[in-house]
Amino acid sequence: MKHLRMIGLALAAAFCAGQANAEELEGTLKKIKETGAITIGFRDSSIPFSYLDDNQKPIGFAIDICYRIVDAVKKELKLDKLEVQFNPVTSSTRIPLLANGTIDLECGSTTNNADRQKQVSFTNTHFLTATRYVSKKSNKIGSIDDLKGKSVVSTSGTTNIKQLTEANAARNLGINIIPAKEHAESFLMVETDRAVAVVLDDILLASFVAGSKDPDAYVISGDAFSKPEPYGIMLRRDDPTFKKVADGATAALYQSADGQKLYDKWFTQKIPPKGLNLNAPISAELKHEFAMPSIPPIRISIRRCKVSQPMQWPAYCMG
Amino acid sequence: MNYHWNWWIFWEPAPNGTGTYLDMLLSGLVLTIETAICAWIIALAFGSIVGVLRTLPSKTASWVGFAWVEFFRNTPLLVQLFLWFFVLPELLPPSWGLWLKQIPNAPFYTAAIGVGLFMSARVAEQLRAGIGSLPRGQKLAATALGLTTAQTYRYVLLPMAFRIIMPPLTSEFLSTIKNTSVAITIGLIELTGEARAMQEFSFQVFEAFTAATLLYLLINIVVVTAMRFLERGLAVPGYITGK
Amino acid sequence: MFANFDFDVIRRSLGYLFFDGMTFTLTLTGLAALGGLIFGTLIALMRLSGLKLLGRIAGLYVDLMRSLPLVLVIFWFYFLVPYIGQWLTGSSRPIRVGAFTSSLVTFIMFEAAYFSEIMRAGIQSISKGQPAAAQSLGLTYGQTMRYVVLPQAFRNMLPVLLTQTIVLFQDTSLVYVLSVPDFLGAASKVAQRDGRLVEMYLFAAVVYFSISFAASLGIRRLQARISFVH
Repeated sequence: MKHLRMIGLALAAAFCAGQANAEELEGTLKKIKETGAITIGFRDSSIPFSYLDDNQKPIGFAIDICYRIVDAVKKELKLDKLEVQFNPVTSSTRIPLLANGTIDLECGSTTNNADRQKQVSFTNTHFLTATRYVSKKSNKIGSIDDLKGKSVVSTSGTTNIKQLTEANAARNLGINIIPAKEHAESFLMVETDRAVAVVLDDILLASFVAGSKDPDAYVISGDAFSKPEPYGIMLRRDDPTFKKVADGATAALYQSADGQKLYDKWFTQKIPPKGLNLNAPISAELKHEFAMPSIPPIRISIRRCKVSQPMQWPAYCMG
Repeated sequence: MNYHWNWWIFWEPAPNGTGTYLDMLLSGLVLTIETAICAWIIALAFGSIVGVLRTLPSKTASWVGFAWVEFFRNTPLLVQLFLWFFVLPELLPPSWGLWLKQIPNAPFYTAAIGVGLFMSARVAEQLRAGIGSLPRGQKLAATALGLTTAQTYRYVLLPMAFRIIMPPLTSEFLSTIKNTSVAITIGLIELTGEARAMQEFSFQVFEAFTAATLLYLLINIVVVTAMRFLERGLAVPGYITGK
Repeated sequence: MFANFDFDVIRRSLGYLFFDGMTFTLTLTGLAALGGLIFGTLIALMRLSGLKLLGRIAGLYVDLMRSLPLVLVIFWFYFLVPYIGQWLTGSSRPIRVGAFTSSLVTFIMFEAAYFSEIMRAGIQSISKGQPAAAQSLGLTYGQTMRYVVLPQAFRNMLPVLLTQTIVLFQDTSLVYVLSVPDFLGAASKVAQRDGRLVEMYLFAAVVYFSISFAASLGIRRLQARISFVH
């Protein structure tokens, strides 16, 4: 009996050793296998994608997606235990920290565009959003041109501040652009009247307004600085094996019923820590994305619908 | 090393429409110099007053000077900038606070005043040491000649004290220039801030920071050389600082 | 004036502020002071050694670190340390370095320049008779430094070294630019999350002031005690 067991173990060991030789690990998968840990980069105020709850732990829509990717990696590498470490990132540190190996996955609200694809890679799109601004109703900012000569804040390192800068130069608006370190700080500047408007992705603006002390005082702009752009979870470039795992995990999630449930959990139900409900049902475009996961560039030619109430989640109409 | 070098980035147009990335950095350099000079003027003005206060025989004056220096020396510069920028407008009556918050170049003025007052404590200490190092006979002789305290300071003590403390004051001025970089936290986009912005727009981290480093070294060399000329020009022949 | 301020937010976040923030700050200060002192003494010895090349390199290093703003050095090392780690260990990709490690490396390298100037002054203030006597007793250079010169230099410059440590303690607040959770960063996070800027920043100022002021009073007392005529 003892001998049989030993032979069995030896065969299993030989089999496993053979397996390990067969697939040569490289890149991030190699690093994860060697260190037994994967590091996720999280944001501290990108509600509801990646933010800190009351116990200073990272939670969010993108974080949950990343947990799925972690499960897929665990299965792929056949590990019993995979330690998940968290590392805070900001809009301006996320790409350098990914490139220099501090984080393996950036799970937040990062826009996927051609410029960034020169430095990093993205997995399947998990959201679509356009750049808008929020201002206090009392400031009566009706359109982007009303921002002429005023102080406008945005977060450093985002596509939003870049688009704001470009629009400012192109339309000669003479806006005084104030960069802030994080989204919460940007919104706070408008709350305390240091800036008349904050320019960010519209879903983030909606979540800040909804969670503020006086949501009715604010209005999300009708004008957008850009067409809707996709969010993606960032990975390092030139790492095909890891990307395959991530793409597979995200595609499987989005195409299953779990994907819709996960979306509803964060966008149409109450979310921690204050029980906020964003009331943003899934848009037709995102549903389309989930059904056929892709990585841009996607051509979205849509017209923005007329928004009947200022606080309503702006809808995108095809046509 | 998976970092893509691109030294031609400096000649590529910057997204803020003002020209190339190099122009961005140079505009940051100009802002650094402007802020540093304004801060230094404030530092010299207040520092001289407080330094003199600390050497006066009056107990109250001495105590006021002590409190000033200890307050500005024991709080980090960053915390001081936050107090001026974020806290002060909230403590003032609402209309004043609002006005303060909406001044067009609020970060610049806050940085100049904040850094200036921070450095004034150090200038005060240097001046106190400088006055203290003068021979006791100077003050006594001035009194014997019938000069009032004010006249003693103005005509006898301060001219020599300032000449003595010129080398430490040079390094304090260089410190002032370096300290303006802390103001990026309140939104002043000076040289370090522009290098950071360049890094964020172009993803060329090391090129941006190398350029900023070289520019700071350049500032240092220029200031040190200029101060050396100033020292030589103002030196009193035959005195300990004269050559 | 203080009517609509909620100072209770300080009490509620005390745990986070002190257990996470202050421990980070104090640990960083302590380790950076130690590392900076050791590395700084090394640099001072390099400058004072007879060898021209060593002295030149050390001099250049000190001048470079003293010409650059600390904020810029913090950014440099934050992005550079993983690549240095990769080069040092010969691995195929940059090493993962946490925020604490990269901050520690930054402050050690930066403060070493300042500590080296202090130690250099200290070593030079020792009368030439000391190393001469040591040499005549047959001690090697290493033994002279270790048993005769450095202990005396250290004791003479102790007040200045401690003052520089207080400056280092205040400078650690600059890791704020990296969104690293030191004391000021923690206070700032609470401030922005709850919209309580005034309360948190005033509290942070009071804490930094108390610690620095108490420490500088302590140094003054120490200075009175150890100053002796020799």
